[in-house]
Amino acid sequence: MKRIEAVNDFVIKFANVNGTGSASANNMFAKSLFRMGLPISPKNIFPSNIQGLPTWYEVRVNEKGYLGRRGGVDMMVCMNPQSMAKDIQEVESGGYFFYDSSKPLDLRMMRSDIHFIGVPLKDLCQREYSDARQQQLFRNIIYVGALSALLDIEFEVLTGLVSDQFRGKEKLITPNVRALEIGYHYAAEHYQCPLGIRVERRDAVGDQILIDGNTAASLGAIYGGATVAAWYPITPSTSVVDGFDKYCKRLRIDPGSGSKNYAIVQAEDELAAIGMVIGASWNGARAFTATSGPGISLMSEFLGLAYFAEIPTVLIDVQRAGPSTGMPTRTQQSDVLACAYASHGDTKHVLLFPSTPRECFEMTAEAFDLAESLQTPVIMLTDLDLGMNDTMSPPLVWDDKREYQRGKVFNEEQLEAMSERFGRYLDVDGDGIPYRTYPGTHPTKGAFFTRGTSRDEYAVYTEDGDAYEKNMQRLLKKWDTAKNLVPMPEIIDASKGGGKVGVIHFGTSREATLEAVDTLAAEGIGIDTLRIKGFPFHKSVDAFIEQHDTVFVVDQNRDAQMRTLLVNECLVSPRDLISILNYNGTPISARKIREEIIAVLRGDNVRPIHKKKMVKESV
Amino acid sequence: MTYIRPAFRHPDLPRNDLGFTRKDYEGAISTLCAGCGHDSISAAIVQACFELSIAPHKVAKMSGIGCSSKTPTYFLGNSHGFNSVHGRMPSVATGANLANRDLIYVGVSGDGDTASIGMGQFTHVVRRNLNMMYVVENNGCYGLTKGQDSATADIGSASKKGEPNHFEPIDLASIALQLGATFVARSFSGDREQLVPLIKAAISHRGFAFIDVISPCVTFNNNPKSTKGYEHVRDHLAATGTVDYVPFKQEISAEYEQGQSKEVTLHDGSVVHLHKADPELNISSRRSALRLIKDYKAKDQILTGLLFMDENSQDLHEILGTSKTPLRDLGAAELCPGQKVLDKLNESLR
Repeated sequence: MKRIEAVNDFVIKFANVNGTGSASANNMFAKSLFRMGLPISPKNIFPSNIQGLPTWYEVRVNEKGYLGRRGGVDMMVCMNPQSMAKDIQEVESGGYFFYDSSKPLDLRMMRSDIHFIGVPLKDLCQREYSDARQQQLFRNIIYVGALSALLDIEFEVLTGLVSDQFRGKEKLITPNVRALEIGYHYAAEHYQCPLGIRVERRDAVGDQILIDGNTAASLGAIYGGATVAAWYPITPSTSVVDGFDKYCKRLRIDPGSGSKNYAIVQAEDELAAIGMVIGASWNGARAFTATSGPGISLMSEFLGLAYFAEIPTVLIDVQRAGPSTGMPTRTQQSDVLACAYASHGDTKHVLLFPSTPRECFEMTAEAFDLAESLQTPVIMLTDLDLGMNDTMSPPLVWDDKREYQRGKVFNEEQLEAMSERFGRYLDVDGDGIPYRTYPGTHPTKGAFFTRGTSRDEYAVYTEDGDAYEKNMQRLLKKWDTAKNLVPMPEIIDASKGGGKVGVIHFGTSREATLEAVDTLAAEGIGIDTLRIKGFPFHKSVDAFIEQHDTVFVVDQNRDAQMRTLLVNECLVSPRDLISILNYNGTPISARKIREEIIAVLRGDNVRPIHKKKMVKESV
Repeated sequence: MTYIRPAFRHPDLPRNDLGFTRKDYEGAISTLCAGCGHDSISAAIVQACFELSIAPHKVAKMSGIGCSSKTPTYFLGNSHGFNSVHGRMPSVATGANLANRDLIYVGVSGDGDTASIGMGQFTHVVRRNLNMMYVVENNGCYGLTKGQDSATADIGSASKKGEPNHFEPIDLASIALQLGATFVARSFSGDREQLVPLIKAAISHRGFAFIDVISPCVTFNNNPKSTKGYEHVRDHLAATGTVDYVPFKQEISAEYEQGQSKEVTLHDGSVVHLHKADPELNISSRRSALRLIKDYKAKDQILTGLLFMDENSQDLHEILGTSKTPLRDLGAAELCPGQKVLDKLNESLR
């Protein structure tokens, strides 16, 4: 029988039941590879449920550093009888299926082209532990021990992780190490170890860290000077504010008084959450909220107010699969249009698209500078994949000389020295951005009335059509100013200017896109890439589309929302942009991107025909 | 209704402790209908702030949408104001207050803005005991959209169109009491003598101070069949008693009958002195207040005055334990932990 042979390049998937304590065992497994210097990308695939339903944990190991989903499973660790039939089918031919052999396998599920590795986990546990809860918890550790033998994971790395995990609870170290040993010895005695797939120590991660995007974003909020967080719990954004709370307790308690240099309010709903953010920002604090799709729908009215009344507002949208409640624990990039044009009337919002935890950190901090500089909502769009999965990332960096950009705010002295009347909505500098004042600044100058109704340059209510139009035009001018303030796209000009094919991508499509482009380059197909990091689009996005005969846009949603946004905001015809879509709730894979690009380049008639000539000759 | 306010002011206008005249507390000319109860409430707020010697710019005026929510334009012209979205003033006020605990927050809302679209936010701002005064200008109808019944309209009460209301009214004062509001009062826009001291006490109270002010809509809900018209309210008014607000450092001058009066000292040393008309009232008991509201309603009377207060309440900042320095005044030195801390964090994530 064929056997998959691979060193440091495979996908292993754990099928568990949620609520059984498998998460920490699986994390330990992934981290052991990371500590052996191997790039990994673990992904949690979990249900909207607390106990009893199937949950999966997929880890890709790749020493070249490709972190996107590859597609396919080389080894399945099956701990869930409920999903077993399907899990067996998912294994690649020649792959491995690890299961608890305390009970014999159902013969109907057997496949002749994969290798079955049985370890009697339940029996081993019953022999060793009398307590039922312990039997369950240690069963997870035992399979990690067995994998250590099967995949050649350095045992000392695992014991080191156990010691780190139970620092302060030393009593738990010995029994955990014992469980690892039980698994290791059983596998070593009963199977030829290692298997065809295995790991070897490398130095391929450098100084990188393993962190999820939500935690990184919460640290970005702390470093960015946020003092007020208002939120309503919603998966997958909850851990942003959880992280903010956790790190504020460590980093934001006044050493003298013990009082908090921050405030977190769990609001009654998303409407109230964004209302609080707007109120706090209006009053001069840096405030933010985090939510997901349904929250964006609810916050839309308030986003229109913040846009029109020009109040800085920072919002982190950790996207999940919609519409409606959709698949609340699965990933998607399907709030792009809802965020770009949130609220009734003519509105547009500044968007940021991070691709890595480090960018989640940096862009969250930057969002406060942008929101205050532009006096408008700034929405950072991340997703469940980046937000909730531990992701390898360059370390977090902060320039200690950096100063917060608080935007145009008149203080008491400036107001005192002012001889002319203060005009809250006057375009003094010609960039569309007016000056504001915080409440309580000056006894007789600078007060104004903030409202969602139309008003003149002095914030006085008016329904005069000319005044309204002038104000709307100024908001457009401000939008133009924003184009040069939001992060520039990341362009990889692989063809050094000669390329005919380009791929536009954003957010979590980055890893899979770059891998697909790499493999195509190895086959002689040179493709340039442009990663969108912000909206409004920089003029280089237009230029990139113009320069390439065939341009693909990678979107993780059904309706090609980024493509729509490009068509709407750039001077391009819809026929110039070919969509690559993925919206099944799992992150897009490099294989899928590669196959779709090849299909189009070969001229397979699977997509609308491009207006310009097909670039068959480049294949 | 006047559109022009004379610029001339008498040079000897009385000044308060801070040297401000009443004029410094006025706002733009009202554009509400002539005789609107809301304008009397605005005037009462002006008088209360003047007499309390509050620096006008230290007040933030918050409102939602509707006739009542327009009124912050018509008082305290030197204060910042925020006319937010319909029913959402409580959340905006909460955020504003979190950013700067040192300002005075005056919220003005209506019965539509609070009892219908804003019911959710209202109940939660009460629960959080946000330090603010929340006034509902309650006329039982939607004025700006021309007179539809609101959720506070009494059963059988009819608006201008004549159609009686069939639905159970929401009594905001009772709801505030049940949800733990730490200061609850009811008044009538036509009773300035009662309203001004109530507003003063509400502003001085630390925590959520709620005043439900019956404020007739002269245009759409002031007919004989309405229970929120001037005539009906005047005929059915009963007061808990006379309320005096005595600022700190002033002698209590009023004399009260033995056994019928109650003094409450606020956190800043000022005193609320209540001369009770009904010996049944115990203003430190929610149950007493709730029962009396019901009893009077059964007699077809509207009980006004101070109904309940808890002078020892903890506001949201005290509950959260936030810094005494307003959060908005903190700078990078207090807020940003710097690269050294990040280095350690990075190390723990390897």
